[in-house]
Amino acid sequence: MGWLDVFRSEKKGSAQLAKERLQVVVAHRRTGGGDHPAYFPQLQQDLLAVLRRYVEVGEEAVQMDIEREGDLEVLELNITLPDTRH
Amino acid sequence: MAKIIVVTSGKGGVGKTTTAASFAAGLAMRGHKTIVIDFDVGLRNLDLIMGCERRVVFDFVNVINGEANLKQAMIRDKRIDNLYILAASQTRDKDALDLAGVERTLNKLSEEFEYIVCDSPAGIEKGALMAMHFADEALVVTNPEVSSVRDSDRVLGMLSSRTRRAEQGEEPVKEHLIVTRYAPERVGKGEMLSLEDISDILAIPLLGVVPESETVLNASNSGAPVVLEETADACYAYLDAVARFLGENRPMRFTEVKKGFFNRLMGR
Repeated sequence: MGWLDVFRSEKKGSAQLAKERLQVVVAHRRTGGGDHPAYFPQLQQDLLAVLRRYVEVGEEAVQMDIEREGDLEVLELNITLPDTRH
Repeated sequence: MAKIIVVTSGKGGVGKTTTAASFAAGLAMRGHKTIVIDFDVGLRNLDLIMGCERRVVFDFVNVINGEANLKQAMIRDKRIDNLYILAASQTRDKDALDLAGVERTLNKLSEEFEYIVCDSPAGIEKGALMAMHFADEALVVTNPEVSSVRDSDRVLGMLSSRTRRAEQGEEPVKEHLIVTRYAPERVGKGEMLSLEDISDILAIPLLGVVPESETVLNASNSGAPVVLEETADACYAYLDAVARFLGENRPMRFTEVKKGFFNRLMGR
């Protein structure tokens, strides 16, 4: 690699990086992630707080999403409990 | 029945008004009776870009409020046959537009025109929603830059949920991508999102690509739509986009770095 390539390789990355970052945010919005009600993050935190009264869990233990089926909005809630068998 | 085309983007400053002006002018130059309407109430600029700012007496809001009729408010372009402009009001705010009034006006125009081009304000608030509500087709104007692409995606979401076609369960608004301020040499260096990247991410078909061009500023300075600047790439980029919109098959141009004299000599 020549000394000029140091500058070149940095440039090569930026458009690619932009594409990857955009694909993530766009996919998130299109699966309904961008259209959550405003109370969503707070609800998630509250659920976590309740859960933590009983078990020790990380932030990712509560996964929430909204599914739209016709006129209905369904709150999909996934709670992962820690493995307590050992 | 006119076909209603909204020119929209979410983000400001990407070339919506430039595109609306040139696209409408291009349609008119192809013989289609066309009117372009400025929906940016309070921040009107289409009149400046079209060079008719001194001829605005009545505007879109006057028409909606019944203070003037359409004939009084429509401005006929002096350079291009079949082209008319309806200016936005400069003194009111976005609340001056109401859905029923907009619908009434569009229905009336629909009897007389083949194409109605709605120049949307930036943002995703009332003015933008009004501009897209009755659209049959949409030109989504995007710069090869992250915030513009993301905002375009947001607007695509609104086109598929907040328009009359969506609300009434009709065939969805037909979406077209227009990439503006494209700089092939920067794409070549990996510094700028490519056309393929953008249409991959947004997943809508590309209608046109307008290269970054000094002419666009010059044209706006003099109040002429870019399609009248016959020496400029941007002019032909818009004319191509109009031709494709009308069903012609034209390959994309201005998407590669211009070959220098030396490279041409070497057959590269």
